[in-house]
Amino acid sequence: MKLNNTLAALGSALGALALLAVPALAQDAAPATPAPALDTGNTAWMLTSTALVLMMTIPGLALFYGGMVRRKNVLATIMQSFAITCLITIIWFVVGYSIAFTDGGPTQAWLGGFSKIFHNGITTATLWAPGVANIPEFVFSMFQLTFAIITPALIAGAFAERMKFSAMLIFMGLWSLIVYSPIAHWVWGGGFLGGLGVLDFAGGTVVHINAGVAGLVCALVLGKRKGFGSTNMAPHNLVISVIGASLLWVGWFGFNAGSELAADGLAGAAMLNTQVATAAAGLAWMFVEWIVVKKPSVLGIISGAVAGLVAVTPASGFVNPTGALVIGIAAGILCYLAAAHMKKMFGYDDSLDAFGVHGVGGIVGALLTGVFADPTINSLGANHSIVTQLIGIVATIVWTAVASFVILMVVKLLVGLRPSEQDEEEGLDITQHGESVAE
Amino acid sequence: MKLVIAIIKPSRLEEVRQALNSLDVHGMTVTEVKGYGRQKGHSEIYRGTEYAVHFLPKLKIEIAVEDAQSDAIVSAIRDSAQTGRIGDGKIFVLDLLAVTRIRTGETGAAAL
Repeated sequence: MKLNNTLAALGSALGALALLAVPALAQDAAPATPAPALDTGNTAWMLTSTALVLMMTIPGLALFYGGMVRRKNVLATIMQSFAITCLITIIWFVVGYSIAFTDGGPTQAWLGGFSKIFHNGITTATLWAPGVANIPEFVFSMFQLTFAIITPALIAGAFAERMKFSAMLIFMGLWSLIVYSPIAHWVWGGGFLGGLGVLDFAGGTVVHINAGVAGLVCALVLGKRKGFGSTNMAPHNLVISVIGASLLWVGWFGFNAGSELAADGLAGAAMLNTQVATAAAGLAWMFVEWIVVKKPSVLGIISGAVAGLVAVTPASGFVNPTGALVIGIAAGILCYLAAAHMKKMFGYDDSLDAFGVHGVGGIVGALLTGVFADPTINSLGANHSIVTQLIGIVATIVWTAVASFVILMVVKLLVGLRPSEQDEEEGLDITQHGESVAE
Repeated sequence: MKLVIAIIKPSRLEEVRQALNSLDVHGMTVTEVKGYGRQKGHSEIYRGTEYAVHFLPKLKIEIAVEDAQSDAIVSAIRDSAQTGRIGDGKIFVLDLLAVTRIRTGETGAAAL
């Protein structure tokens, strides 16, 4: 202790002397800008945020979805989230990060380049957004990786209980490269949507509209589950789903507040916005359902909460909490209508409402960001416009819909998309994975 | 010997067990089953999709008894399992051909 105190005192004295020694030159010219230093506060927060967002997928989403399927498919459903986590990690590390977040030169408007394949050139000293965020680029890449992981995992909700595992792996691997990384580049990596001024703080377009629409395409291409409409397909364990939804909520603070890339006031605003919107949406769904079917349900309130989380995602760092409140209420009501009524009206089997919650919620949130962006919260939101937001939404929808469809067709040719009718009937846990939770 | 099979409401198990104990019946097998007779099921709604659940949870109790006891046992079960509402259940009595105690090899009435 004594030695430390002595050294500290010595250091301060030397520092003071050094300052005094700086000649009058300091008054003649502007001091040289010091090289940006790593911001430990920001870095600590981002390390934490990254862990929170990974937790959103495993086990958050895994359990949320797992509890909603029939017991004979619970392991297969959880397996999808876990396997995607592993698969996308490798793809992102090798090439996904590079094509999303580097300068592509001539293709920069649409796609990054290959300069950071295998994270080549990045060291422990490399900073991301030097002078702005000052966090290590390794941490930035990790943080973005957790987004690249959860987006495909969300899609799985649309084809739950009826997709072959091998087909899913191939589809997700290709999808990550062909759809996710490019769209991430368009909005956050220096591409044309960010350039146009599309406001998407944490991924309303990149993650939710993207996954939701891709999910809808999958649901339509794969077709309905065997027995859909006549068989009891009730959730087998909503307790698990509640645990999953809760992990999603807590983890989402990393998703939204972490998207600030800094531990500052805007991150704090994003956190509060997230909380307010989510609570409002949970209540909104619950109350609407209460009126329509006479009972407030657990599945309803957790679905509403997730819808709120989705909708506030693009808005979290641009709106004030009152705007977040409105966004939450809108999402709760509209996503309820989409999942419980629109789906039945059109007759498609989006098993776990990937489109109803993430697609519709993302669209609602992205549009309302254009309405409620408050420049006093974030000056980058000063030129907010619904039209610009619409461009971002449409571009995302078009690319993900077309590309997802093509990838599905390729996978169908390669290995087929669905298990046999018999295997689907017996359950994916046994037939795809040789495992069972039943006694 | 007779095998008495009773389908009862799950909430009545403890009452039935005590009633049988007082008749010197100290062994029984209980299985969780589903079924319906005149009691209607219920419906469940998940995100707007309604499922009719026809089968209700019940308990099946199986007891092996001497012929002379069987009427008294049926009455005891009926009295203790009854709530007066639809869905109380049914009691069946079957002829039982043979019984063996596994530990000792005893057979017949000695094994009951």
